[in-house]
Amino acid sequence: MPQGYLPIFLFLIIAMAFPVIAILTAKLVRPSSPSKLKLEAYECGIEAVGNSRGRYAVRFYIISILFVIFDVETVFLFPWAVRFHQLGWFGVIEIAVFLAILIVGYVWVYKKGALEWV
Amino acid sequence: MITYTSTDHFVLLPGLLLALFGCAVLLLDFLFPKDVKGRGWLVGIALSGVGFASWQSWQQYLYLKAHSMTPLVAFNGALVLDGFALFFNGIVLASAALVMLISYRYLEDEKEHHTEYYALVLFAACGAFFLNGGLDMVTIFVGLELMAVSFYILVGFLRTDKRSNEAAMKYLLLGGFSTGFLIYGFSIFYGLTGSTNLAALATVIPARGANDPLLYLAIVTTLVGLLFKIGAAPFHMWAPDTYEGAPTTVTAFLAVASKTASFALLLRVMLVGLGTAREMWEPLLTGAAVLTLTIGNLAAISQSNVKRLLAYSSIGHAGYVLLGLIAGNQTGLIGVSIYLLTYAFSTIGAFLVLIALRRRGVAVETIEDLASLGKRYPYYALLMLLFLMSLAGLPPTAGFIGKYYIFLSLVESGKYGLAIVGALYVAVSLYYYFRLVRSMFLTESIEAQVLAPSNGVRLVLALTGIATIAMGILPEPFLRMAAISLGR
Repeated sequence: MPQGYLPIFLFLIIAMAFPVIAILTAKLVRPSSPSKLKLEAYECGIEAVGNSRGRYAVRFYIISILFVIFDVETVFLFPWAVRFHQLGWFGVIEIAVFLAILIVGYVWVYKKGALEWV
Repeated sequence: MITYTSTDHFVLLPGLLLALFGCAVLLLDFLFPKDVKGRGWLVGIALSGVGFASWQSWQQYLYLKAHSMTPLVAFNGALVLDGFALFFNGIVLASAALVMLISYRYLEDEKEHHTEYYALVLFAACGAFFLNGGLDMVTIFVGLELMAVSFYILVGFLRTDKRSNEAAMKYLLLGGFSTGFLIYGFSIFYGLTGSTNLAALATVIPARGANDPLLYLAIVTTLVGLLFKIGAAPFHMWAPDTYEGAPTTVTAFLAVASKTASFALLLRVMLVGLGTAREMWEPLLTGAAVLTLTIGNLAAISQSNVKRLLAYSSIGHAGYVLLGLIAGNQTGLIGVSIYLLTYAFSTIGAFLVLIALRRRGVAVETIEDLASLGKRYPYYALLMLLFLMSLAGLPPTAGFIGKYYIFLSLVESGKYGLAIVGALYVAVSLYYYFRLVRSMFLTESIEAQVLAPSNGVRLVLALTGIATIAMGILPEPFLRMAAISLGR
């Protein structure tokens, strides 16, 4: 029997129950006065339905690319944190080198002004 | 337990220096003034990075020589230092230094002089080092991507030029696609062997039998990726557009550094990893080589743009180098090494003449633009003639030695058919190279080119010219170098 999967199964049930409970509770508690704008699907400020050839600022791309870089950084940090004791000082130095390379990139991006929104 | 030993450090150091200087150039850019002088200092720093890496490579050579060229394996077999890696590292370092010297004036003229250029050249060279010395597929892949991504940016460096952008986009999309094939092949190899190491691969393959379909699939997909990188048919389509659109200095670097490092990788994968499966990949490579020779040489005939013509001729050269690998004997491998060395200097030289000439403020590109060069600037025309002769493989230039060894190896191994095909295409190549020569010496032109050589351009022209002649007249030291690089 895959007993080790029991926590995952429990977690799955909780994860599914959480939004259901949250939405139901909110429906019971909140006042209801719907309007057209309120009933539209929420999509971070962009119109949900429109031309797929629509134009938007290239900065979105830059920000998302930078996000991916620093997101991947954490992907590498997690396994190191889990095996911290086994890797010892070697791991610490290795991660320091890894972060130093990323920081070079960060400083470059910052100085070039890629993070300024105007 | 993972460790970082002094052997690891010694093997890694030249590549490490290149990467460190690349980062330094990126950051120091903010400290130096944003003018011609400040950029000059940064070029100096980048060049000194190549200098330090070369010095360290020399130390590596001395060490290997003192230990009778025994390969030095580092990082648990992921990286190896042997004569082969050193030889190709040398070509990459030389081309990086030469390209940096000629880029300064070119980028100033194009008004796109950003010092990230030099950092990217250093990063690309660093990536190439891992292709030359990589024994582990993961290491190789990371090196390949480091080199490729640097080149994607360099190709699109003329940001306001439509063609440069188009070239970068095409190179990026096709390059990403081909890398996908390569890594798919690698993943099947991993599935077959349970190891990412090329040496481990070699021990498992004999047990799989000669016609194992899975092994065949892995070889074919890996070859797709590798043939793309060396610009061989049928995966050559990116080369003409990319070579034409890229800044000419980058074209020269791409044609030399990227191609030689990718050939080093191809040789390493085929001879170390798949050496025992030769009967499986040899027919595939033979087909690719003949197709490459045909397409490269026949398509070059009808080109009117010199950069495009040289791109097709560079595809053709990939075919000749593949022939050396197919011959498979010692002479063939020496031929491959010496061919790539001679090709490096002649190619940089030929592109450099184009860089030095400008017309209406735009770098010379079409064959007509070269008209009456022989009358106006006889030295430049003579140098161009020399480089073209070398590319065509005529004595007494360097290219002759390369072609001689390739054909000798084919005859020695009894592959007369391939030798005849190769020789026929040499005759074809003479036609289109001498179209350029005819334009330079026999055609009159009213509108003059303007010569815009910087001291860097003069220096590099002299160096490549001397190298092209010297290798043709006195090939022995270079042949000895190639033989040592193969451990003999």
